[in-house]
Amino acid sequence: MIQVIDYKAGNLTSVVKALRYLGAEAHVTQSPGDVRGASKIVLPGVGHFRATQLLHDLQLTQATREAIARGVPFLGICVGLQWLYEGSTEAESTDGLCHYGGRCERFPATHDGADLKSPHVGWNSLEDIRADSRLLRGIAPGSFVYYTHSWRAPVDADTAATTHYGGPFTAAVERDNVMGVQFHPEKSGETGLNLLRNFVQI
Amino acid sequence: MLTKRIIACLDVRGGRVVKGIQFVDIVDAGDPAELAHRHAAAGADEIVLLDITATHEGRGTLIDTVKRTAAELFIPFTVGGGIRSAEDAAAVFEAGADKVSINSSAIARPELIGEIGANFGAQAVIVAIDARRNAEAPDPIADAEVYVSGGRKPTGLRVVEWAREAEQRGAGEILLTSMDADGTRAGFDDELTAAVSQAVQIPVIASGGAGNAQHFADVFGRGKADAALAASIFHFGVTDSWALKRELAISGVPVRL
Repeated sequence: MIQVIDYKAGNLTSVVKALRYLGAEAHVTQSPGDVRGASKIVLPGVGHFRATQLLHDLQLTQATREAIARGVPFLGICVGLQWLYEGSTEAESTDGLCHYGGRCERFPATHDGADLKSPHVGWNSLEDIRADSRLLRGIAPGSFVYYTHSWRAPVDADTAATTHYGGPFTAAVERDNVMGVQFHPEKSGETGLNLLRNFVQI
Repeated sequence: MLTKRIIACLDVRGGRVVKGIQFVDIVDAGDPAELAHRHAAAGADEIVLLDITATHEGRGTLIDTVKRTAAELFIPFTVGGGIRSAEDAAAVFEAGADKVSINSSAIARPELIGEIGANFGAQAVIVAIDARRNAEAPDPIADAEVYVSGGRKPTGLRVVEWAREAEQRGAGEILLTSMDADGTRAGFDDELTAAVSQAVQIPVIASGGAGNAQHFADVFGRGKADAALAASIFHFGVTDSWALKRELAISGVPVRL
């Protein structure tokens, strides 16, 4: 059973719908027990980073750590990816999971001397796809995915793909069983469904 | 590279897709769910469903139509029409919409923008503005006026000022419809679109007047639009989004192909 964590950050309907469309059994939960017993975990979420405070308050952070430690595949989407890092300048007092190093920062107001609109909304391309990524298996560089966000995660060795907007940022992160995507696979047409299928089949 | 979005718009009345010329002369164009899927397969980057009669006839949004349309749609899906409260918006999200578009209700009570955003995120709130140039004013663009109730009622609000206020109150995007251009297929109002786009940081979706690929290239270039909406141009098989975007790519517009 894929446990989809509900922490009251936006709309889960689309993610659950996409997982079920792919034939997966998806269950929406706020229970640490469900998360500990999950075969896979999905942490969706759009909106403000401070919403992730509820994960700490409901003891879901510890449950997630334990599940990850025994190898349960985890997929964070949008704010769900950002939560894997140490935190975000969007909500300084709310810690992330600290699974990956670095903090999420806002897009700069300008880039290369030109104004940069924020939020970054729309279809942008995946670049620098890491050949060993299980999540991105079969997805070609240049494939388009749908974004809507104002904060982004830094690029480092665990980055599985980048997207360029005001410079490169982490489009996907992956190390062993812990994965995240900044874009919305449930809203990214065939490319997004292929990625979710990869996750379901891991 | 971030691409310019082509958004297929379904104007719905009584559960059927219709498209009027300047908001009158309604013609039946089909089933919303079927058309939404056809548009998605034909390369639309996003789908907007507007219940065009909801406000003045006082009907609620057609939740069943939204559910049916959203069921197997895996691109962004916006619903507008008749959303007057955060509860109305919640019902539409529950039915499968990713964003809501609010228009007259945001003007009647601007707090609504922030109330929906607080629960669902700013990215989920589109403020739609029906705009008409003010032909009598010395500067028809700066004095362009906001209309409500499907273009029936002038509000006295200036378009650019209202767009700025909507942004400050937490709108994620602006959907700007030129009432002058709507349904004419003679091109978008590029000047008005550019004025709004330069006044705000959030994306601006241009609407009204699409007739051919050059019109889209113009509104993305001169009009500085981030996205553009089209309805009747597609419904009757004039072209589809892939064909439109292939033409745009040749003109140097970044698009998803």
